[in-house]
Amino acid sequence: MEERRRIISILMENEAGALSRVAGLFSARGFNIESLTVAPTEDSTLSRMTLVTGGDEAVIEQITKQLHKLVDVVKLMDLTDGRHIQRELMLVKVEATGEAREEVKRLVDIFRGNVVDVGETLYTVELTGAGGKLDAFLEALSPNRIVEVVRSGISGIARGGRALTVR
Amino acid sequence: MRMTDRPPLPKPPPRIYTKAMQKVAAAADPAAAAEVLTGAEIVVRCLRDEKIEFIFGYPGGAALHIYDALYRQDEVKHILTRHEQGAAHAADGYARATGRPGVVLVTSGPGVTNTITGIATAYMDSIPMVVICGQVPRHLIGDDAFQEVDACGVSRPCVKHNFLVNDVDELALTIKKAFYIATTGRPGPVLVDIPKDVTAQTAPYRYPQQIRIRSYAPVHRGHPGQVRKAVQLLRDARRPMIYTGGGVVQSGGAAAAALTDLVRILGYPCTNTLMGLGAFPASDKLFVGMLGMHGTYEANMAMHHCDVLLAVGARFDDRVTGELSTFCPYAKIIHVDIDPSSIGKNVKVTVPIVGDAGKVLADMVAVLRGGGGDSHNQHLGSWWKQIEEWRAVDSLRYDRGSALIKPQFVIEKLHEVTKGEAFVTSDVGQHQMWAAQFYNFDRPRRWINSGGLGTMGFGLPAAMGVRLGHPGATVCCVTGEASIIMCIQELSTCKQYDLPLKIINLNNRYMGMVRQWQEFFYDRRYSHSYMDALPDFVALAESFGHKGVRVEHPGDVESALAEAISDKDRLVFMDFITDQTENVYPMIAAGKGHHEMHLRSADSGDGGAPAERELA
Repeated sequence: MEERRRIISILMENEAGALSRVAGLFSARGFNIESLTVAPTEDSTLSRMTLVTGGDEAVIEQITKQLHKLVDVVKLMDLTDGRHIQRELMLVKVEATGEAREEVKRLVDIFRGNVVDVGETLYTVELTGAGGKLDAFLEALSPNRIVEVVRSGISGIARGGRALTVR
Repeated sequence: MRMTDRPPLPKPPPRIYTKAMQKVAAAADPAAAAEVLTGAEIVVRCLRDEKIEFIFGYPGGAALHIYDALYRQDEVKHILTRHEQGAAHAADGYARATGRPGVVLVTSGPGVTNTITGIATAYMDSIPMVVICGQVPRHLIGDDAFQEVDACGVSRPCVKHNFLVNDVDELALTIKKAFYIATTGRPGPVLVDIPKDVTAQTAPYRYPQQIRIRSYAPVHRGHPGQVRKAVQLLRDARRPMIYTGGGVVQSGGAAAAALTDLVRILGYPCTNTLMGLGAFPASDKLFVGMLGMHGTYEANMAMHHCDVLLAVGARFDDRVTGELSTFCPYAKIIHVDIDPSSIGKNVKVTVPIVGDAGKVLADMVAVLRGGGGDSHNQHLGSWWKQIEEWRAVDSLRYDRGSALIKPQFVIEKLHEVTKGEAFVTSDVGQHQMWAAQFYNFDRPRRWINSGGLGTMGFGLPAAMGVRLGHPGATVCCVTGEASIIMCIQELSTCKQYDLPLKIINLNNRYMGMVRQWQEFFYDRRYSHSYMDALPDFVALAESFGHKGVRVEHPGDVESALAEAISDKDRLVFMDFITDQTENVYPMIAAGKGHHEMHLRSADSGDGGAPAERELA
């Protein structure tokens, strides 16, 4: 069966240990996690988690069913089932000296990023977008200039009226 | 029972509540000012309000406030086991035999880690259980304090849910949630970890009658359209088969009755899993025996050849299915289960139905009865003819003329002597399979064993829980000399609470099932499966204050059993010295299909042993 990358959005009780239940479930059942982001929502009793995983249809069905079975999980949605927006935040520390200083700045502008910290030899760049855009930016920089990369993992939301909420 | 033999209760010292406390109590519920209790008292009152009869436990530092609150009341009875694992198994046995949740109370650290095997056992077999454990005071959590362990962390993979109670005001609600979660949906163990200082603080006590958890809403009724579809598929079947598991037992007595109705109306063959035995009467001709690794030839062959399979409350475990790629190759499968994640996990399903086994079965019976038309299936004759041919193979035969005691013979005699009405617990191994194959359970909740986790040491403490739940009943523990040693300390608990269990020790001086696999698959290299330096079990039982009997000849088996069963007052430990070479037949080697069973060869030697070496 065809392996597909899935973005699963989870609304769960903002309780101690909720994150470890999800992480524990994935390791205990041998499911893979590509990335996982979590933070409380506007309702402080709820956390929203975006989980990126992969697998064939049967595996994804098990993943969603097992997640649902966790007592702390209120609702979940496979964002990849419909139109959706995915964003990731990346912070990159880049060597910027001599001519490269201008070149990096131009590249940041092309990718609509921001230089958020400036040092004598370094820029720290902030960039947001879908994963592919962030990958492309890193490829455009010459690899020996990259000092440090931090990526947040994907956060996602459905387009249109589809919403994951308790209301 | 001796548990009431203790000095009269001293009057508790008068408690002084501050005005502030009383005000809080009144404000929370203006209609009836709630009583202000300590956390420890709240725990005990919650158990009382949950109508808990017995709790099984072992005291220790972090649980002492709770133990003190227990001492000052008489409604909730505490059974002191000799090891926390025994407490968990006893609570589990109580739950399996009565359908009510088992409750465990232990202290922090080793107290709770010792229960983990018991919790995992209950989790694998979906048994409702609430485990309350003490924890170090909150200000010490995370400091590697004395007897500190992250109880929620160590139990997480084997509980349905767990809680750390950080606030005494949340305590009663949390305990209510624990019982609600443990007993509804697919049941399972829930652990409540309570720091010692929380048990000392006070709060107004109010136990909610009903609760709603927004993130937890188990389904009860099956989808009516799916139920009709399933019934149609069953009616149209040419070679139907009904396979049911522990879910039918767990769902309650009505489920077993509905299953029995359904099977008899249809006239279809029925098989039960190890966990499902007793849900359909074994004495009924429509019952084709247990299925799976040590199931009957007819059950497994009917599974392999059926064209429609109705699976209810069973989870297609590897010991049942054998090799998945050759499992039920011709069948359309209807799967009824309360846990959606069980459906489609191991096999593809044609008609999935999420719901409680009892309710769905009753709905199916109603559709069948209300549907009109002829429910007689004209293809049944040839299907049953085929099944009877398989049945005639007599896959459970054994040498009845042996001069040595055959373990199967002991179980057959046990069935006769107890008229099939005993509660039978078992440990894990060959004796477990023989008990399952030969006791012929006619009623649910009579067969108590660790099916999923396969926990040696389960049988004796589970039997204690069964007997407490059914005072006066005959409770037998079928065990082996290797398993019984694992929780032998509980003989002391049996003495304290006068539990007249009957222990049937099938003693072959080997870890029999391990020896069997080593004989078949490891060229008879009996690596560490021999039990050297066994105790004298008769003397051992007597040293605990019980009766011990050794039985060495087949001719003495029946009289020994009859005498032991008729002794209503004493625990009798029967040490049956059995044939060391006996193997469990038939057998599907790991990785093989249902149609590739190994049968005992005609000369009753072990010629039927699987030839290939399959490791699993």
